[in-house]
Amino acid sequence: MVTNVTSLTRSGLSDFVLQRVSAVLLTLYTLCVVGFFLVNPDMDHATLKAYFASTPMLLFSTLMVLSTAAHAWIGMWTVGTDYIREHYFGRHHTFFRLVYQGGCLFILFVYVVWALQLFWSL
Amino acid sequence: MREKERPVFISVSPFTFSFPFTALASIAHRITGVLLFLGIGYLLWLLSLALESEAGFAQAAAILAAPFAKIVLWVVLSMLIYHILAGVKHLLLDFHIGDTFEAATAATYAVVGLSVVLALITGAWIW
Ligand code: HEM
Repeated sequence: MVTNVTSLTRSGLSDFVLQRVSAVLLTLYTLCVVGFFLVNPDMDHATLKAYFASTPMLLFSTLMVLSTAAHAWIGMWTVGTDYIREHYFGRHHTFFRLVYQGGCLFILFVYVVWALQLFWSL
Repeated sequence: MREKERPVFISVSPFTFSFPFTALASIAHRITGVLLFLGIGYLLWLLSLALESEAGFAQAAAILAAPFAKIVLWVVLSMLIYHILAGVKHLLLDFHIGDTFEAATAATYAVVGLSVVLALITGAWIW
């Protein structure tokens, strides 16, 4: 059995709910941004910036960054624990899984810091 | 007679076992999810350039003028479309909406069909 110390909430059920709530939020955000690009076929820098700098969008973007982090961590964790286990990876599977999870965490950390500083400095 | 009672070994490997359409659609949701983990980095990079300054916006536009950059953008957006549609179907099934065998199979075809249509429209929009 896989120990769940690295799962986001240490509870499969909470992870399940969080992954679904974040999925809904991400869908709404995607629709907002796609809609904005569709109503502005001739996009320019000022229009784009004004949109993302508006308070509602700033809050929504921030929520989206956090949702992505939660959703992607839970998702990548699920995939990792499905495949990186003893049957495929042998005796040192825990080591490999921790390296994989460390890699995922690092990438997510870069995304979160980068995206938050981008949106909040507009 | 005894021969027939022996358990049958089914090797579930892509080479010996033909997966049902719904199983392929399911694994595709997983594959798109994992690739999106990297793909959103590409979207974030382009967005950060475009938001940075007028020059950055022009730079992002110049990058996207290259065919390869367009292809990558199209692939990422198409995967996002599929992941969202299959994800919404997944959420509905979680709420036991349409979770009979027939309805879920039909929904899978609808998700794949709609994804293809939207991916084509996205492609037309990018080029
Ligand atoms: C920011 C972009 C996204 C990334 C990087 C991402 C990534 C992932 C990953 C890696 C998984 C795990 C796949 C698996 O366990 O098979 C997953 C699962 C899931 N995703 Fe996403 N996802 C994103 C956006 C979305 C959106 C917008 C939705 C909207 C419906 C969504 C719905 C789902 C659902 C319902 C699952 C659970 C699947 C399951 O439990 O088997 N995702 N996602």
